[in-house]
Amino acid sequence: MIRRGLWGAALAGFVVIPLIAPSFWLTLLDIAGISALIGLGLVLLTGAAGLTSFGQAAFAGIAAYAAAYLITTAGFSPLEALPFSLLAVALAALLLGGVTLRLSGHYLPISTIAWAAAIFYLFARLQVLGGQTGISGIPPISLFGLQLVSGRNCFVLIWACVLCVIVTQNWLLRARAGRAIRSLRAGTLLAESFGIPVFRTRLTAFVYAALLAGLAGWLYLEFIRFLNPSPFDITAGIKDLFVVMIGGAAYPWGAVAGAAILSSLPDVLQAITSGQNENYDLIAYGVIIVLLLQRSRIGLVGALIARFPALRAPAIKVTPSAAALPSRKLPRRGEVLLQAAHVEKWFGGLCAVKDMSFEVRAGEIVGLIGPNGAGKSTMFNLITGAATPSAGQITLCGTDVTGAPPGAAIRLGVSRSFQHVKLLRGASVLENVMIGGHLRGRKGLLAGMFRADRAEEASLAAEAARQLGRVGLADVMHRPAGSLALGPQRLVEVARALCADPVLLLLDEPAAGLRHAEKQELAQLLHALRDAGIAVLLVEHDMDFVMNLVDRLVVMDAGAKLTEGLPGVVQADQRVLDVYLGGVA
Amino acid sequence: MNPTIAALLIQDGLTSGAIYALIALALLIVFTITRVILVPQGQFVTFSALTFGLLQSGVMPLTAVPVAVMAVIASGLDVATAPPRQRWRTLGDAAWRQLAWPLLLLGVTFYATPAGLGTAGQILFTLAVVIPLGPLMYRVVFAPMADASILLLLIVAVAVDVAMGGLGLLLFGSDGVRTAPLLAVSIPFAGIRIHGAVLLVLGTGALAMLALLLFFGRTLSGKALRATAYNALGARLVGIRVRRAGQLAFILAAALGAVSGILVSSIMTVYFDSGFIIGLKGFIAAIIGGLASYPLAVGGALAIGMIEAFSAFYNSTFQDVIVFSALVPILVVRSLLSPALAEEEPVE
Repeated sequence: MIRRGLWGAALAGFVVIPLIAPSFWLTLLDIAGISALIGLGLVLLTGAAGLTSFGQAAFAGIAAYAAAYLITTAGFSPLEALPFSLLAVALAALLLGGVTLRLSGHYLPISTIAWAAAIFYLFARLQVLGGQTGISGIPPISLFGLQLVSGRNCFVLIWACVLCVIVTQNWLLRARAGRAIRSLRAGTLLAESFGIPVFRTRLTAFVYAALLAGLAGWLYLEFIRFLNPSPFDITAGIKDLFVVMIGGAAYPWGAVAGAAILSSLPDVLQAITSGQNENYDLIAYGVIIVLLLQRSRIGLVGALIARFPALRAPAIKVTPSAAALPSRKLPRRGEVLLQAAHVEKWFGGLCAVKDMSFEVRAGEIVGLIGPNGAGKSTMFNLITGAATPSAGQITLCGTDVTGAPPGAAIRLGVSRSFQHVKLLRGASVLENVMIGGHLRGRKGLLAGMFRADRAEEASLAAEAARQLGRVGLADVMHRPAGSLALGPQRLVEVARALCADPVLLLLDEPAAGLRHAEKQELAQLLHALRDAGIAVLLVEHDMDFVMNLVDRLVVMDAGAKLTEGLPGVVQADQRVLDVYLGGVA
Repeated sequence: MNPTIAALLIQDGLTSGAIYALIALALLIVFTITRVILVPQGQFVTFSALTFGLLQSGVMPLTAVPVAVMAVIASGLDVATAPPRQRWRTLGDAAWRQLAWPLLLLGVTFYATPAGLGTAGQILFTLAVVIPLGPLMYRVVFAPMADASILLLLIVAVAVDVAMGGLGLLLFGSDGVRTAPLLAVSIPFAGIRIHGAVLLVLGTGALAMLALLLFFGRTLSGKALRATAYNALGARLVGIRVRRAGQLAFILAAALGAVSGILVSSIMTVYFDSGFIIGLKGFIAAIIGGLASYPLAVGGALAIGMIEAFSAFYNSTFQDVIVFSALVPILVVRSLLSPALAEEEPVE
């Protein structure tokens, strides 16, 4: 209700403001709108994907200069120049993203500073681009015979763009492509385990953000109708990031709030200091950001939503009657699904896994046990392709996957949970589980932005809800995943793995942190899965739970297989007792 | 290009390379110990250069004022975070340890004349006023959020840099300064004359690196810093105070910056906003070293200096474009060297 009201207010403002506001305010709002567009790109890049760029102003500059060049020397009209300037930005983003997005977290922001500086100096020095003096005489946009020369007319164009981007971005963030982008924040391992191509997804977010900056650059050119390099310097790029930090990087409206605050800050400060020194604003920006990030990292809109939960985006609707997703044919009972043959893994001089051979067949539950540091989690990573074996062979469902890229396992129907829970804490439980179904959908970015994916989304949501029901979490599916206790969070991971429609389920300590009754329910679920023909391989430390659950045990110690067999036999094995209880030396 | 020009360019490249090396070293020390990518490192350089420059031109700079303000804030934080019973004692401690020095600096600022200090006094005063900015910055800004992610610390570092840029303009104005050479000699060598300023930069650079080597290799504090860089938790468990290690790292960084500032002011004109660009070049050097290797970073810094000098000769218009674009091939190599996609560390 409240959200509807606010949207109504925003639309009313969009119509009324250009009619009544004085031109000083319109100019300010136009600047804020342009800044908000750049910020909206960063909401997806930084807020959703967790990547940081200080170079958005450079992308805006590339678009503005490309357009200005085409308009002044090649005789293009402003509207004709727009697609070409966006193309220039996209190419630049593909190039720069291609060389930087494979690097780890902090290299990206530093390198954005460096190439943004390089691009800025290019603008300032290239004589064809006017050098320091710049390019003047840019004609205004003419739309339906109307020349957009005033701040009033530009307001309509700029804020129409802003509102369209907000709407489509809100949809995108909740769609399959948006979930893939958001999943990057939980680390590359999560994304890869569910078949989300990490590099391509990063690049997509990067190009999306660059294109919005490009659109903003083109609007800026047409608003000012004069171009010099200074609005695209590195300080401008830094301020663009501050916009979303102040407003709230996780929310499209955060970009608008931050842009409004930062755009009006110089005027406010000038009023306070009665115009004595216009450079207080740099000091103020810096101090505000430091104080803000020391205290809270959710920004203004984040704080508002935390204070007024009614502002939160409505929960995803679940329609149980939605069409079922295509599902895999389950293998014949007894078919070998996982075969590890003489697998080894060395980390430098340390041998984490040594000559491991074992099998898992359809319709059985196998426990992988061993003391801490025995190499169980490494074995999991080798099976799922998160790590490559140093020697030996791993075959999944009859396909040799040794050395295959991550993502091969999930395509063959092998899904997993993690020892250290990898959930998007701010996203709902349901959305987290929907990530598991990533490969069962196919709608992309554009479909998500324009809601051409409703049928598929409904099917994914229904499937995720069904899996949550199986693990007993149906009543908390709309809560943020971070609000659950650790035990239930592990069950969310189980549901997410199930949502991938697996034939082989790898569970890393699924029962840790569960209460007794919850463990019973989990055991029942795993038995039911086994009876349906799914194979389960699990690492677990709770021996009571394991002994009553599994059909067979593989015991590891110091990277190697100690023994293998029925639970009763293994339990009586003196060597197993020795490694667990500490044998006589 | 003839040999004389080549020799001149190599001399230029070595000189600026040595400055970038000092900055890269400071960045590495701070990053490995505190995980802060110290973007404002260049600001220590400009603050020092401009303070020294103003003193030389007979104007008393007000650099001590922000030092005093930050010291008051730091003391306030100390008192506020102390257990209630120890508040008075903490206040006494803070007054002695943190406030006495800035008070002395303010005294010099308002009661001494630049001419009265003499050149040596001017250098000492510059160092005395710029170096405390480092540990104070750590205490006020970074120590309270020491457990934040690298990315968040980076954004905060950028914010500090922006604030210090504004502060620099306020304190020093927009005019550039260039100081008289401290060593007014020139020695003929390989067909060119090597100026005293160049010798001073190279000599001081080598001396600073040697001092760091001895400090990290031979002294207990240095070894404690290395232990902290290797594993902060482990260091804490064996009794190394991580916060003191961070403070020491920032002292070293500010000292390296302050020394570079005095040196650099005699070979180029320094403006209030020069620091960011100088710092950025130090960064590229540090990245060549993978933000981990000291020798590679020094080598990278010298390479950046050379690229800069030679691109100034071949194409002076695009000198900065060339230097900053040099990062792209470096990143490509790094990207090919790293085996898999690196794990992302989210902002928050």
